[in-house]
Amino acid sequence: MSEMLLAVEGLTKAYPGVVANDHVGFGVAPGEVHALLGENGAGKSTLVKMIYGLVRPDSGTMTWRSEPYKPATPHDARKSGVAMVFQHFSLFEALNVAENVALGMEDPPPMGQLAERIRDVSGKYGLPLEPHRLVGDLSAGERQRVEIIRCLLQDPKLLIMDEPTSVLTPQEVEILFQTLRRLSAEGTAILYISHKLEEIRALCDAATILRQGKVVASCDPRERSARELAELMVGQTLHRPSRAAAEPGEVVLDIDGLSVESSSPFGTALKNVSLKVHAGEVVGIGGVAGNGQDELLAALSGELSSHPTAIRLHGRDIGDQGPNRRRELGLLAAPEERLGHAAAPDMSLTENAALTGMIRERLAGRGFINWGKARRFAEAIIADFDVRTPGPENAARSLSGGNLQKFVIGREILQRPEVLVVNQPTWGVDASAAAAIRQALLDLAARGAAIVCISQDLDELMEISDRFAALNEGRLSVPRPTHELSIEEIGLMMGGAHGMEVAHVEA
Amino acid sequence: MDLSAIDPLVLAASIMVASTPILLAALGEMVVERAGVLNLGVEGMMITGAVCGFIIAVQGESPALGFLAAAAGGAGLALLFGFLTQYLLANQVASGLALTMFGLGLSALLGQDYIGIKAPAMGEVHVPLLAEIPVLGPVLFRHDPMVYLSVALVAGVWAFLRYSRAGLILRAVGENHDAAHALGYKVVRIRMAAIAFGGALAGLGGAYISLVRVPQWTEGMTAGAGWIALAIVVFASWRPWRVLLGAYLFGGVTVLQLNLQAAGVDIPVVYLSMLPYLVTIFVLVVMSASSGRAALGAPAALGRVFHASG
Repeated sequence: MSEMLLAVEGLTKAYPGVVANDHVGFGVAPGEVHALLGENGAGKSTLVKMIYGLVRPDSGTMTWRSEPYKPATPHDARKSGVAMVFQHFSLFEALNVAENVALGMEDPPPMGQLAERIRDVSGKYGLPLEPHRLVGDLSAGERQRVEIIRCLLQDPKLLIMDEPTSVLTPQEVEILFQTLRRLSAEGTAILYISHKLEEIRALCDAATILRQGKVVASCDPRERSARELAELMVGQTLHRPSRAAAEPGEVVLDIDGLSVESSSPFGTALKNVSLKVHAGEVVGIGGVAGNGQDELLAALSGELSSHPTAIRLHGRDIGDQGPNRRRELGLLAAPEERLGHAAAPDMSLTENAALTGMIRERLAGRGFINWGKARRFAEAIIADFDVRTPGPENAARSLSGGNLQKFVIGREILQRPEVLVVNQPTWGVDASAAAAIRQALLDLAARGAAIVCISQDLDELMEISDRFAALNEGRLSVPRPTHELSIEEIGLMMGGAHGMEVAHVEA
Repeated sequence: MDLSAIDPLVLAASIMVASTPILLAALGEMVVERAGVLNLGVEGMMITGAVCGFIIAVQGESPALGFLAAAAGGAGLALLFGFLTQYLLANQVASGLALTMFGLGLSALLGQDYIGIKAPAMGEVHVPLLAEIPVLGPVLFRHDPMVYLSVALVAGVWAFLRYSRAGLILRAVGENHDAAHALGYKVVRIRMAAIAFGGALAGLGGAYISLVRVPQWTEGMTAGAGWIALAIVVFASWRPWRVLLGAYLFGGVTVLQLNLQAAGVDIPVVYLSMLPYLVTIFVLVVMSASSGRAALGAPAALGRVFHASG
């Protein structure tokens, strides 16, 4: 172990009610690409936060080049040569690229020189960046370049990347991997966090697998199949959603030339979106985050109103109708943000069930809510969708992400929708809950409902959708049958590489 | 009505004096808001500064000592607000309003024995040579030191925010406190420093009213200047030189309405005295529309509670 760059031994960190890391140990050699694999909540983020000095371990030791390593702050970590690219970007939208880079450096040079160095390094690694642009105007892929360049300028010995590919198109992922392989060839070790198994098999030399805060396996990911890795990660055999093949029925939802402005200043307007959805089919809508997904959901649910004829349900114009009228007619929606959009965090599950179920479940009469009925509706959701909670009187906030998501999706499905629109139905949900939600959506389609599933998880869309279309800068591509599509074609539908290019300097 | 009674030179010169209190307070509040904290207690900090400054200036027979005490008093009250909102995570709007009421009450209590006393005078500094320039000289260069200090502070704050690393970090904290925390910056400490600075400047602004403009102590003598300062920050879209412009504009309206009254303009006095406050309400209403906030360049984390997690 003497040649290890970073060695971690017996690292433990407990939060009230949960042990995030329980005697975790692993080592990273110089130039190695090491994967940290695990489900949401397995303790990956806590572990790297300890290495980056954001969280202090309760016990255990870290060794950096055979010296004891105890970073008290990220400044200490950066001085040692550790750099980190965050999952949720640590960027400032109102500041420009150079200022953002300077904030992540220990001793930044004057702005003029820094801009030059940003141009140099970004050109060298094929990640072009204009130092004076505002980060708020950049695409998700470009923002990630800012994070990476910020790290590279410090000449790191260890680069930590937390779920870096969740916002990239397949082409952008390929370019990122080439950059990472180049860095690794230059001797930089990379600690790569992900739950995308194929990526890890393509990129990494070694993998440490975490489950519920403990190391359950260390292996060479290239020697294992994705299925073996998944089962190590989840700890059980995975159920794959299935469905009976069915002929699509008549057109239920007809979107024709839908254009709406976004309600938020950094949002994306929808431009001339057209789509026909048939009864009994699942249409998957992919795309990099921030290309109009939220706006599409809002336009379909009725939160954003549009021209009356832009959206038709069973031939009836509903583009200018509000959410309640649409619910009445059978068009239901479950938005992405669980706390605050799909559910009111501090209200009970009964109250949350009543909030969208009021009309179709007839939970109110003469202006009064029938709480008994609302409670029975909430109990039905909890029973049918295996929501783990002591009871419907608990606040939505008290549920785990996966359980609340099951509740939110279940609440709409139990209202027998004719069209259901969901955005990121399994985001941040553990694998078994995700499988249950996907199965529920497929079952609903089998009963004749039309489903529009907006998601950034391409594997999910491949698995459940009959046809696939991609959103790119507010425009929707022509939908195509999913089984005909290759991953490259999907990437091109999502907008290709967004101007990135392959690193073109010899190592 | 006799508009010829208004001497444009005297009017112009008095605008600088009339504007200095709100300029100081608004500049301090702008720094606080750039750090992402909304302190609505400007009025309370100003009046506390006014009474602290007045007491110490009278006791020590030195206006300079008075101003120092005013800054300390304002900063002290601001730190109370900082403790409530940054450490106890209290609601910023409610705490700020409470601070205003607390400041008004505290100052009335402290100032009981000082009503009717005159403050020691502060001399004017005529800038050599420049003060002799016709027209411009009397308007710009024959004032007391605080007027010059306030303009210098605007320049200093501008340069600090634009060119210094500390200024960049302050802006970053106001823009996205979670990201700043993830990069290892001490969000709460930086905000406490900004809050104290804002309080100190509000205190100076208050003392300028009690020591120079009036110059004596009466209860509630800031008369809403703190609210005007808050409006100016928004009006200036959080930029230092626009704060200067806004303060002189509002100060100008105040002086003008006094002059119009004196000239006997045929509009009831009450309407004229309303003018600065009407403009303030108008600006605050426009700004409080949430869609307008981002468009005008408000710090994205303004007023949001920061709690470090994990």
